[in-house]
Amino acid sequence: MNLNLTLLGQAISFAIFVWFCMKFVWPPVIAALEERSKKIADGLEAANRASRDLELAQEQASQILRESKENAAEIIEQANKRANQMVDEAKEQVIADGKRLREVAQAEIEQDVMRAKEALRAQVSVLAFAGAEKILGATIDEKAHSEIVEQLAKEL
Amino acid sequence: MASENPSASEYIKHHLQNLTYGQHPDGSWGIAETAQEAADMGFWAIHLDTMGFSIGLGVLFLWLFRTAAKKASTDTPKGLQNFVEIMVDFVDNSVKESYHGKSKVIAPLALTIFVWIFLMNLMDLIPVDFIPRLAHDVFGLSYFKIVPTTDMNATIGMSLSVFALIIFYSISIKGVGGFVKELTLQPFNTPIMIPFNFVLEMVGLLAKPVSLALRLFGNLYAGELIFILIAVLPWFAQWALSVPWAIFHILIITLQAFIFMMLTIVYLSMASEEH
Repeated sequence: MNLNLTLLGQAISFAIFVWFCMKFVWPPVIAALEERSKKIADGLEAANRASRDLELAQEQASQILRESKENAAEIIEQANKRANQMVDEAKEQVIADGKRLREVAQAEIEQDVMRAKEALRAQVSVLAFAGAEKILGATIDEKAHSEIVEQLAKEL
Repeated sequence: MASENPSASEYIKHHLQNLTYGQHPDGSWGIAETAQEAADMGFWAIHLDTMGFSIGLGVLFLWLFRTAAKKASTDTPKGLQNFVEIMVDFVDNSVKESYHGKSKVIAPLALTIFVWIFLMNLMDLIPVDFIPRLAHDVFGLSYFKIVPTTDMNATIGMSLSVFALIIFYSISIKGVGGFVKELTLQPFNTPIMIPFNFVLEMVGLLAKPVSLALRLFGNLYAGELIFILIAVLPWFAQWALSVPWAIFHILIITLQAFIFMMLTIVYLSMASEEH
């Protein structure tokens, strides 16, 4: 085991290697590493932010959904109410119409009855006279008895 | 393969010898043919195999990482870029945990230490005879040791560089006065105890590079030695030991690279902090 110049040669080449490594190897690699780790950190942060945004958006969406559901329920309720109202109104209308028609009919009927009565009354006196003539076999003085007959007819 | 049929001890010694280039005692320059010749060259010699492999692996490391670094982008990484990013991220986290100073050198330094030592250690898993045999038969080199971290020169070279950085940071952050104070007024803060403190602190200071270098060297040298010992066994029995040892060694080489890196970070962090 001889110590000799190799020792110095090794020290010199070691120094040169270290210098080269320090100058040309270390900086680019460490710069790339640092840049990448920064990039990853940024990416993670962006992902965090995005997930927060997503959460917020979901919350908003569910709120909007809830509101629209409430609105829809309200609209349906109103529509139902309106429909009921319309049905009621229609019913009332129909009832009123029916009543009116019935009244008109009733009036007509009454009129008809009255007319028939009048006609009947007119006929009754003729019939009464005819019947009486037949019974008595003689002409009744129409003028003398017409008063009685009309009185009778009126009572009919 | 120095001789055709080496004995076991010759074989082991042969595998532990580096390919040394230097000045022979007679003044001529050349490659040492024997261990004795290598030893005679003294300090002014160089281990060609250690230098070649360590620089080659260092260049491989930087080339790989530079390729990925040029393509680095914030897109989804794949393949090489992914691997490089994992390594850089791992080292960056280790540094951030232990080092709280501002220096921009520490993290690339730690990355270089970790990957380079790991690659050098990884050579340990190449079967011990492959490359030495190739070097011998093709290039006629009598010695070739491919694991740079089993050469104490490599580990001491690195730990001395780290030691220099420790001194540099200690002085540049605490100032010369602060550094001297740290060495002389701890743990006993009285003038009488200054020599004692100084001896204690110097031991602590010097232990850092020595322990760094010897820990790595010792682990890898021992691992390599065991591979060589296994290679002495008959060829049909080697797998039974070398496979488990290699699998276990995957842990060792990674762990040692990691320990060297972590201790460097911790030492430099201690150097940068005021007490």
